[in-house]
Amino acid sequence: MVIRRNAVGAHYGLMDWLVQRLTAVVMAVYTVLVLGIALWNGGIDYPLWRLLFANGAFKLASFLFMVALLYHAWIGMRDIFMDYVKPVGVRLTLEAVCVVVLVGYLGWTIQLLWGAIP
Amino acid sequence: MPVLERPDVKRRPVYLDLPRIRLPLPGIVSILHRVSGALLFLAGIPLLLAAVAFSLASPESYAQFKGAFAHPIAKLALIGFVWAYLHHFCAGIRYLLLDLLKGIELGPARRSSVVVLVVSVALTLIAGVRLW
Repeated sequence: MVIRRNAVGAHYGLMDWLVQRLTAVVMAVYTVLVLGIALWNGGIDYPLWRLLFANGAFKLASFLFMVALLYHAWIGMRDIFMDYVKPVGVRLTLEAVCVVVLVGYLGWTIQLLWGAIP
Repeated sequence: MPVLERPDVKRRPVYLDLPRIRLPLPGIVSILHRVSGALLFLAGIPLLLAAVAFSLASPESYAQFKGAFAHPIAKLALIGFVWAYLHHFCAGIRYLLLDLLKGIELGPARRSSVVVLVVSVALTLIAGVRLW
């Protein structure tokens, strides 16, 4: 039996499939939370918006949402590349760009939550 | 994508005449899930981060941010993203239920795909009306 592993394949496990679903649940909970806050307060104005992002628990929840979103996006985009982009070199390039962009977004998120807000 | 070389695998006919393929409703939900996901990745995430950064910066930038949505094209674009998020959300919940073996028979699966399409469009309309 010849085992031919694909360097840009799916890593042959349940892990990503499971993570895709767990991250989806995290995002769904956060979405309902934010919608709930908005509805409870009859909309969001600037003072409330600032107050929310000054709150440590909300910062952490937002951070978890973004980590879940970025990981979820990675799995989804990789699935798309695996389905439609067959040349290994092109796929690897797209995946690499995708990872760099997503990690960049994570940096931006951290800056936003714990630094950039004056 | 071959994991193992399996010389005994059946050669099945491939039929990919895209204009002639009629997608069933669950298939439409599925491809829209993928399209909305790609849209949210390509434009949604950077715009979300930029929007949060800009709107938080100062009361003036917050007002400017709200002002930008006075333009009908900005409103339409936002409604587009709202639909993409809601469709992805509703279809995702359907997939989670299917993973739990809820509604995997043909009839219920078709009905739930209609529910996903209708609920996501209805919620988008509600959000759209409030926005406008």
